[in-house]
Amino acid sequence: MSAARATRKARPFKVDRDAVAWHGRYEPYDLAKEFLIAFVVVCILVGGLAIVFGSPDDTPVTVKSWSNADAVGFATTAITELDGSSGTATYGPPYNLNGTTAGHLGPLNPAKWLGVHHPIDTANDYVLGPLSTLPNQPQVQAAVGQYKAASTDQQATWNAAYEKAVADAKFVNGKLVVPAGDYGPVAAIIAAETAMARSGALDGALLSSRQFYGTDYTKPLLFIADGDYFANLGGAQHLSGDQWGMMNETGQYPGQAWLWLYTLWYQVGPIGNSDNADIMVFSIMIALTALLALLPFIPGLRSIPRWTRLYRLIWRQHYREVERGNGGSSGIPPPQTTDEVRTPVTA
Amino acid sequence: MTIVDPKTERPDQADLDKAAGRPEDADQWTAKIRNTAVEALPPQKLLPDRQPAYVASWIYVFGVTTIAALVVVIGTGLVLSIFGPNWWHVSSTGLFVNSLHLWSVEIFMFAMVVHLWGKFFMAAWRGKRKATWITGVVSFLVSVGAAFTGYLSQQNFDSQWISTQAKDGINSTGAGAIFNVTNFGQMIMWHIVLLPLCIVAIVGIHVLMVRLRGVVTPFPAKGETPGGDAEAGATSGAEVQA
Repeated sequence: MSAARATRKARPFKVDRDAVAWHGRYEPYDLAKEFLIAFVVVCILVGGLAIVFGSPDDTPVTVKSWSNADAVGFATTAITELDGSSGTATYGPPYNLNGTTAGHLGPLNPAKWLGVHHPIDTANDYVLGPLSTLPNQPQVQAAVGQYKAASTDQQATWNAAYEKAVADAKFVNGKLVVPAGDYGPVAAIIAAETAMARSGALDGALLSSRQFYGTDYTKPLLFIADGDYFANLGGAQHLSGDQWGMMNETGQYPGQAWLWLYTLWYQVGPIGNSDNADIMVFSIMIALTALLALLPFIPGLRSIPRWTRLYRLIWRQHYREVERGNGGSSGIPPPQTTDEVRTPVTA
Repeated sequence: MTIVDPKTERPDQADLDKAAGRPEDADQWTAKIRNTAVEALPPQKLLPDRQPAYVASWIYVFGVTTIAALVVVIGTGLVLSIFGPNWWHVSSTGLFVNSLHLWSVEIFMFAMVVHLWGKFFMAAWRGKRKATWITGVVSFLVSVGAAFTGYLSQQNFDSQWISTQAKDGINSTGAGAIFNVTNFGQMIMWHIVLLPLCIVAIVGIHVLMVRLRGVVTPFPAKGETPGGDAEAGATSGAEVQA
């Protein structure tokens, strides 16, 4: 062993970093028994809570249920998917390159770093593509063909006219009725899209996987989330962002209460109302999490437990004995020159 | 003298080797791992039946309660996984097992948070316990992720809502390209395979660290002056011979 390794510098004792070795008495402590008792208590509590409160299981929204409950709302969303103005169409990475809604943190835009990984072209994936799969509907195929063949400017003109008119649309006798206007093939396209949705055929057509088995619901979920119907259901269940959002569950259940700090930042006006709210909140939480994990290394922060003196409540019996001089304490340890921490002493 | 194992009635090879003057192969990897493990955590230290007298507070119960709840979480999760993700939507028994799973998670997280705050107010990182604190914080974070992916895997309105809300935060970091919260298949695999493995591994390491270092000692009492007997090797002297 080198001389340098054989001799090491002594460090001054820092009360928030170092601990005094224990030379007091040891007491019998049955860890296995404690675990078993804790396990039984947890089982009883869990069983009781499950019997009394159960668990929520609200039926998911489908494109079919949405379009049947709110056909005009569905058509209003469908035209925004076709003209590229919906939330998904203008989202940006990882779905497309059309928007910047993911937000910036100064010059940084992390959402763009990995690019588009789940590509969504709303016009084709949500409207034109599914309609093209409909069999035995030559009028619909003709409308889709006419739309695709038109110039971008012509498409934009038809879309703008229809988007304005659909606000006054009505759903009568199973059909979408839009005030008369020059919408080209768009009126037929959205009517067919609405009918396809109401039949349930659009749900299957929107699944991202073209295989028989599919588990990726990105496309239908984002389509559903673009509509007001879904947002209104969430608001009615106290799930909106300004209602502490996703930490809640439907019904009166505790939900993910441990996300309170994450959700809290969205309630702070300057942050919650910012276009960059998501990246700001995530950055704050990453910083706070790093502080929590590295707290033992941070002077000042690691002193908080000593300043609050709550430890005296936790170890009240110990301090009572020490201050009475009853010996059950660590006492003042004699000088010692090794790191060996304790020598168990049975009572 | 022939040494016989009373259970197997066979000679114990290690004793025979010892009696014959054949030393164990100390350079063997297996022997090194065993010797290092036993030296670091002898059975009495791994499963002690004594604790320092200051370990006398209800706050100590929450660590073991967290582990007990984790056992229930895993047990109920295993039952759910046996019957598949649709079972609890169509069966009253399945719904009850799902309720057990939900509430065991709530108790697990509650106990873990109380445990975390308890350890914070004890400044439980003192005396070479920083890694124990960090593994505790990491296990809390991984547990939050495991619970979150559980909520995403429910296949009901909650999972639809949570995934479409959460995607914005995750996408803003760029992680959405890899971790797609609206992909049910991906989320359920994270929930039932990857994250439980991580939790069990990290909690296991955390518990071993607790056993290795023992329970942190109290802050010095009024009038006590910490001297050269600190656990962290801190001393009041200038030089210490290693």
